[in-house]
Amino acid sequence: MPGIDLIFKITGIGILVAVIHMILEQVGKKDYAFIATLTGTIIVLAMVIQKIGDLFDAVTTVFRLW
Amino acid sequence: MDITRIVGACLIASILIVLVRAQRPEIAVALSIIVGVSVFMYMMSHIAYLVSTVAQLALRARMGNIYLASVLKAVGIAYVAGFAAEVSRDAGEQAIASKIEFAGKVAIMVVALPVMVAILETVMRFLD
Repeated sequence: MPGIDLIFKITGIGILVAVIHMILEQVGKKDYAFIATLTGTIIVLAMVIQKIGDLFDAVTTVFRLW
Repeated sequence: MDITRIVGACLIASILIVLVRAQRPEIAVALSIIVGVSVFMYMMSHIAYLVSTVAQLALRARMGNIYLASVLKAVGIAYVAGFAAEVSRDAGEQAIASKIEFAGKVAIMVVALPVMVAILETVMRFLD
C-alpha cells in the first residue's frame, strides 16, 4: 500500500523523539526535552498536513464538492 | 488482492500506533490520520469508478443532475466530517468531535435543502 513508508517513517520519528525525551529528562535537562518533543511534533505535523491536503483535494474531486 | 494489502497495512499500523501512543500520543494521532488518508487514496480509483457508474445510471434514468450532485456532495461531506470526528475522538477530544459532526450535519442540511424544497413544491402543485 502506498503511504505505508510514511507510517514507518513517522513511527521512527516518534520512537526517536521518545528516546531523546527520556534521555534528556534522565540527564535533567527538562527544557531541552520539551524542545525536542516540540521539534518532532512539528516535523510530523508538516508531513501530515501535506497528506491531509491531498485527501481534501481527492475528496473534493471525487464527490464534486466544489 | 487489494483488501488483503489494506488489512495487512492497517494491522501493522495499529501495532505501531499502540507502540507509539504509550510514549507520544500526539504522534500516534498523526499516524492514524496518515492511515486514514492512505486507505482513502488507495480506494480512490474504485470510488471514482462507483461514482461514475452511478452517474451513468442516473443519466440513463433521466434523473435531474441536481439530485445526483446533492447526494454526492452529502456523501463527501459526511466522509470528511466523519473522518475528522473519528480522529478527534481517538485523540480524546470528544467535544471537538461533536462540533465537527454538528458542522457536517448543518452542511449536509444546506446541500439537501434545494431537493427538499423541490419535493415540497411538487406536493403543493398536487394540492392546488
